[in-house]
Formats: sequence, structure tokens, C-alpha cells
Amino acid sequence: MKMGHGIRKATFGLAGLAMCIGASASAWANSSDPIKLTLHDWTGQLLTTKIMGEVLKKGGFNVEYVQADYIAQFAGLQSGDLHVAMEIWETTGREAMDKAVGTGKVENLGSTGMQAIEEWWYPSYMEERCPGLPNWEALNDCAEEFGTAETLPNGRYLGAPVTWGGFDDERVEALELDYEVVHAGTDAALFAELESAYQREAPILLWVYSPHWATFKFQGDWIQFPEYSAECYNDPSVGVNPDLAYDCGKPTGPIWKVAWSGVKDKWPGAHSAIESFDMNNDEMSALIVKADLNGEDIDDVVQGWITENKDVWKEWLK
Amino acid sequence: MLFFASLILAANAKGWSKILGMKWVMKYPAGWRLPLKSHITNGMEWLVEEASFGLFTFKEFTRGIAYLLELPLDFATAIFSTGFRSGLGNEAVQVLPPISWIAVIIIVFAIGHFARAMKLTPAKMSLAIFAMLCFLYLAVFGQWESSMITLSSIVIAVPMGVIGGVLIGTCGYRWPKFEKAISPLLDLMQTMPIFAYLVPILFLFGFGPVAAMIATVIYAMPPMVRITIMALKNVPSEIVDFGYMAGCTRRQLMWKVLVPSAAPGLMVGVNQVIMLSLNMVIIASMIGAGGLGYDVLTSLRRLDIGGGLEAGVAIVVLAIALDRLSQAFAEQNDMALVHHHAQKPFLKRHQWSLISGAAILFFGIGGYVVDAFQIYPESWEVTTASFWEASVKYLNVNFYDQFEALKTALLTTFMIPVKRFLLGLPWPWVCVMLALIGWQLGGWRLSLLCVVLSLFIVVTGQWQKAMITVYLCSISVVIAGLIGVPLGILAAEKPTANRIIQGAIDTLQTLPSFVYLIPVVMLFRVGDFAAMIAVVLYALAPAVRYTIHGLRQIDPSLIEAGIVSGCTKRQLLWKVKLPIAVPEILLGMNQTVMLAISMLVITALVGTRDLGQEVYIALTKADTGRGLIAGLSIAFIAIIADRLINAGAKKLRQRHH
Repeated sequence: MKMGHGIRKATFGLAGLAMCIGASASAWANSSDPIKLTLHDWTGQLLTTKIMGEVLKKGGFNVEYVQADYIAQFAGLQSGDLHVAMEIWETTGREAMDKAVGTGKVENLGSTGMQAIEEWWYPSYMEERCPGLPNWEALNDCAEEFGTAETLPNGRYLGAPVTWGGFDDERVEALELDYEVVHAGTDAALFAELESAYQREAPILLWVYSPHWATFKFQGDWIQFPEYSAECYNDPSVGVNPDLAYDCGKPTGPIWKVAWSGVKDKWPGAHSAIESFDMNNDEMSALIVKADLNGEDIDDVVQGWITENKDVWKEWLK
Repeated sequence: MLFFASLILAANAKGWSKILGMKWVMKYPAGWRLPLKSHITNGMEWLVEEASFGLFTFKEFTRGIAYLLELPLDFATAIFSTGFRSGLGNEAVQVLPPISWIAVIIIVFAIGHFARAMKLTPAKMSLAIFAMLCFLYLAVFGQWESSMITLSSIVIAVPMGVIGGVLIGTCGYRWPKFEKAISPLLDLMQTMPIFAYLVPILFLFGFGPVAAMIATVIYAMPPMVRITIMALKNVPSEIVDFGYMAGCTRRQLMWKVLVPSAAPGLMVGVNQVIMLSLNMVIIASMIGAGGLGYDVLTSLRRLDIGGGLEAGVAIVVLAIALDRLSQAFAEQNDMALVHHHAQKPFLKRHQWSLISGAAILFFGIGGYVVDAFQIYPESWEVTTASFWEASVKYLNVNFYDQFEALKTALLTTFMIPVKRFLLGLPWPWVCVMLALIGWQLGGWRLSLLCVVLSLFIVVTGQWQKAMITVYLCSISVVIAGLIGVPLGILAAEKPTANRIIQGAIDTLQTLPSFVYLIPVVMLFRVGDFAAMIAVVLYALAPAVRYTIHGLRQIDPSLIEAGIVSGCTKRQLLWKVKLPIAVPEILLGMNQTVMLAISMLVITALVGTRDLGQEVYIALTKADTGRGLIAGLSIAFIAIIADRLINAGAKKLRQRHH
């Protein structure tokens, strides 16, 4: 789980440095260079980023979208090649973000207002077959129900890609669950299995996160584990199992906005607008559903939001 | 004999290693590992931060290269997709629009026509029409914009790969020592998973299309180098002598005599570069190339199987169109062309260039008046996405149990035992075995190579994952062989079957594996089995192709001898044809192994726990050292397999002669 050293200490772009010194001379002189916002490959992030980008354009800023990898982008943010990343999830990106912020070249611009939820999830038709749900203690009673030929007599839990962390193997051990953790390689594979099982109303227990279209397309619920606390993760004696840590659910947490630290001086107006960006899960989920389930073009969804919420974003630009 | 010894050893390995107190033979102790990983990561850090040529730093140097490469790329993107703009970001104003879609299609038609101009057969127009239809598909299925982004990077990456390849190749031809020096490097470039060197490329060349293009060129260039060297060596010595007699200088000899006479061979290389560049489209889109690859990825993230398939097919169509065009050029005879055209008046000679030029102008200006001239109207677009979605759903709902039964049967009777066996082998035993086999097949050099490469995997602490890699590959290769060789035999015997099989194989090879990976996961769940299916589908092609080739090249007199001596058809196949074709089939299997290994990184995306996963994790953590070490281990497995199989095939062939 260690970050490469290279990413941590990637050099500061000299040209960028020179420019931002020049720009900071007059506090509100926003540079007319394009602000580079990173795009990743999930719809929610595309929407968040493009909404921010379009609002910045309305504010007279020059905006450019750049395709970049979620974790690898930190190298670019540190060097000033890239400028703004709109969605860094507490649950998956915290480590990389902390490392980058630690270098002083990247700045956390606060929460987007959205909360990341990640937890074990099951479709509602499973409630009939496993009446104790959503309580986690019911899981062991229906382990065979959730099992497959490869895992029986244990149940099968489809976890997220190993790179996402999540401590599911530890959780299974600490809570003495009769389950085998199978890791999907990507998020597409994860939801492909869900779709497949849902079509057949077959048993499935898997990692789902929100905001995501899946919780709208599929009826279901989160497993209720003992509530998360930092102590539960760090101190074995806390929680249901006195000998092991991770005997509780997963943390939820904000989705952060992150920027190259030069943004503040180079585009002070944009900096404050990005800081003000605020949206909640429901609002975002509704937009995601429009794009992913109703098949609307992402740019149309963004434009729709912009025209309907003039008051909201005008406030950000102040 | 040795195999049975291994079997017994593997079955009881845990037990006896405990008794003897030699746990280290099963699990290489962490304390003995070489810290190569962190050395590489630190070295990379030094390169990026401190390395300097005095006047400028290494990073500035690489960024400078990136800037230079960006110029032609921007130009191509402007022509095909964005149009020429002035200003930056959203302040940019379009000065000139990109080429209209109608004009592009007309140009493609013209090129197709030109490439076949020499053939006076009735099929003269077929290539032009075919290429045109391919591009029409892109427009009709709403893939035009993305395709043009992809096309513009291909248009730059391919010449770079070709020119670079020819230059390195000619150097290799001229200085045999240089050839020896680059040969292992080429092996690595071809077998190392791209994910492994993406991170260093990102550090050095920055984010965006240029980094993606550089990765593409690294991946696509090696065959060009190899083919150049081979083609130059194959130039008949009479021609070289003639060049000397005519008083050529060395340079003239090279560029005026050797390279032109090797041209048809070189065109095969060009074709390879095109195909490999298009193979990279998906991976390039992960680091900012956009285009069709990006469409495939995002569609599949929404589980829009149909959308992913259409974008994937667009890649196939683009690949096939470019491939057929380049092949047509390869078949062309330059001298004849000159003759053919020389007698015609200017207008006639250049009619297609003129038509193309006129089309660009007409539709470019017309685009300002009629939108449909510039951009294919959205309302004319067609999609079959819902059909594919429904088919997968139908299969899933109605046949899942059958699939499940098949999967369970294969897993329990075949895959899991093999996995247990391979994981049960102690690493010193495997190294010794490899040494012995190497010595048997190719002498002490090969033996030494096998030992050194496998020890590298051991001392860097990758043994477990390497064995899972070997397991997945070998299973897939066996199954690919069981399917591929019979298909090859069928295709060699029956021309109609041949046409269908060849088409299917072409499609499977250029269709991005992502497109079928997701439906495979839906039908077979995440795990080894889904990974195996994906690998088999991808690696099937060479098994089929080489079998066809092996059977077709058999000396007809041998077959006649068989018929005369009263063989039945079956006897002829089993007793005469197949034994002769065995070395070719083995070479095909060798290619299958290589492709299977190159697919491993992709299968990590459905959750295998092999070296491919290690590379993938390193990529997402931006850990240069970890990625390169795991990548090298994969490359070494590939090299060992390649050398052993080649040596085996050579031995077999000698026995025949």
C-alpha cells in the first residue's frame, strides 16, 4: 500500500512557479491560461468536474479538461501539469491525497458536500431467503445461500479491486464470517456480476459504493455492521472481537476537492469558486441516473443543471 | 520420468519440506530478497528530479521531446477532429473546421482506388469500396468523432514507429554487434506488459495524448525493427553486388539499393505496426488519449455492453481498413506503376488527388451552410446496442446453469489440480528442471539463460505469483490449442470454412478484450475461469493460422505419395500431413503462449492473483519499481517459454530432414 517515492517528490514545474509569482503580484488578476481539470472514468466524477468547469467558464475562466488516472494524477497535480481534481474519495483516495498534500504542492479545497458510502450490499429479493438481513449477524445463517460451487460451504462475497483497500479479508476474519472474499479486478467487473445476478434473481453479496447508479437501478440494502470508529480499526480490543481489529463496518467520509497549490495565486477567483462548490448525494445521484440509466449525454445533463441552478452557482462565483 | 518425480514431489512437498526443516524451498524467505524494487523506484526519482546534463535537467529534456512530439499530433488532431483553433482552452476560436466526414470517406475511397490501380481485375474497385464502407460504418454508428481522435494519433504514431523501426533496423543490419545488443531489448519491449512502463512514461513525458503515443510507439516498433533486419538480409546478393559495381557509396547502397529492394518486406512491418498501434488504443485511453478506447471504457463502466461493443467494433473496422490498404500498397509493384501512369496526361494521372482536394474544399465550405456536410447528423445514426444487451441477458437468464455446470466441471477436473500441482513445486526443483530441459534442447547456453531468468523471479520474491501466471497461461494455451488446431485443420481442408474462420480470428484479435471481458464476467463470474476464457479467445489466432500454414506448405509430392500408397483421407491427415506440420504448429503454439502472456495484465482486471495483478496494482499506485520488476518477471517467463519451444521445434525439424 506504499505510494511510490517518485510521485511524492515529483518536481515542481519551474515555469509554473515563475508564473504564479508573477500572478500573485496583483491579487485578483486571474491568469488567462487554461485551468486543467482532470476527468476520470466514472460518471459521477465527470458530472462534478464538468459542472465545476462550466461554472468557471461562466465566471470568465479559461478551462481545459484532461483525461487522467485517479491515483496517477497526483504526480501531475504536484508538478502543476494538472490543476484541479474534483473527486478524491475519503474511502479510496485518502492515502494518496495525504501524501500529496504533505509535499506542500497540493492543496485540499474541502469537501464537495457529497458523502462516500462503501459497504457490503445485497439485492432486496434476498431478504426472503435470508430473513435476518440487513443485520450482519444473519450473514452466517445464510452463508450457504450466498455460496457457489467454488466457495461452499462458505458464502461468497465479491469484494472491490485489491487496490481499493477496504480491509474485507480482515473483516471476515475478525467477525468470524463464514465467507470467502473474492476480489473483482475492476469496478466494471463488480457491477457486471451484480447485473448478471439481478437478472436471474440469484444470490449475490458484494461491495457497492454510492453515489453510483447501481443503487438506483437495483433495489437493495447495505449490510449493517457494528458502526465504524477509528478505534475499531486501530485497536484490537475495541469492538465485537476482543482479539482482532476491523470488527466493524467501513467508514463513510467526504469526497474531497483537491488542487495544485499554485491555483490559489494564479486564479484566485477560480480557487474560491472551487472551494464553494457544494452538492449533496441526492442531487448528484439524480444527475447520475439521468446520464447512466436514461442515456442522456453527459454534457446535456450538465447544461440542464447549469440552467436550472443559476442562483446556486452564481453564489459560488462571488 | 522426471515429470512423475515432479508429481510426487509436488503432492507431498509441504510435508517433506517441513520434516527436513527446509521451508525455504517452498517459500523463498523474505529476508533473502534483493531490494531491486526500491532501487528502481529511487533511481526513477533521481532521474525525474536530479539527473542533469549540465545545462538542463533530464526531465526538461524529456519534456522537451514531449513538446516536439505534440506539434505533429496537435496538427493531426486539428485536421481530423477539432479543426484549427487559436487561443487556449475555452477561449479558443475555430479558425478552420476539421475535414468533413464526407471528404474523409471520399479520400479513403481514392486511396483504396490508388492502391489497387495496378490490378486490372474486375475486383479492382472492391478495396476502395470496402474501405469506404468501413469508414461509413464509423459515421452511421455514431463513432465518427471518437474515431477521428483515434485516427489522428494513429496517423502520427504509425510513421514514428515505422521510421524509428527502419532506422534501428538498418543500423542493426549494418553493424551485427548492434543487432546483438538490441536483440534482448527488443524481446523485452515485446514481452513486457505496457502497464509496467506506463508510470515512468507519465513521470517523464507528462499526462495526455503524447505520453500515450510514446507508449504506443514503444509497443508497436519492435516487429518493424526485426522485419527490417530480416528484409535487408534477404535482399539477393546479386543486387548488392550490382550496386557495388555501379559505384554506389555505402550510403547510396543502403538507401538507393537495399531499402527499395526490401520494400515489400518492409510493408509487412508497416502492417504490424498499424495493428499493434490499434491494439494499444484502450490502454492509451487510460492515460489520456481519449477517442474510441475511452468510449469502450466508459460504456463498460456503465455496463452498456452494446455501446462498448459498437465502439470496439469501430476499432476493428478502423484496423481492418488500414490493414487492407497497407497490404494493397505492399502488393503493388512500383516500377509498373510508374509505367502505367507516365503516358497519361496530368489530369488523368492525378484525378483522384484532384477529386479529394475538391471534396475537402467543397464540403469544408459547404459545412458552413449545411451542417450535415461537416458533421454526420445525429438523427441519422443507428445503434444496435439494445440488441446486444438483450442477447447477453437472454443467455444469462436461460443458460446460466449450463454455463455454471461446464465451469464447475472444468475447474474441478482440470484447472484446480494443475494449479495445486504447480504451486506445490519447490522453486529449486523447477530451476533445475528448466536447466535440464534447456540443456537437452539447446545446449548449455539455453540452460544457463533459463536458470538465470528463473532465479531473477525467485530472488525478487515473485515466485508464488509467477507460478499462478504459469498456471493460467498453460491452461489457456492447452485449451486454445485443443480448439485452435482442429479449427486450423478444418480451415486448411475446406475453403468455405477457411473464409469464416479467418474473419472470426481477425475480429477476435483486434476487438479490444474489454469488450468481451464484461459479458464473460456476467456469464461466468469473476475468477480464474473468466480470465481463462478471455485469454483463450485472444490467444487462439496463431494456433489456427500456423496450423493452416503448416498444412498448406506440405510438398504436394508427399501427399501424392500418400494417396498412391492407398491412404484413406483420415490416414492421409494423421499419418502424413500432421506429422510434417508439427514444427509449424509448435511455432504457432509458441505465438499463442506469447499472446496469452501479454493478455495477463488485462485479466488482472477480472481479479486474478498473478503477476499481471502485481503490475496493475503498481500502476494504480504509481510505483515504478514494483511495476517494472513484475513486468520483467512476466517478460522472462515469456522469453524462457519462447526459447524452449523454439529449440524444441528446431530439433523436431532436424529430425524430419
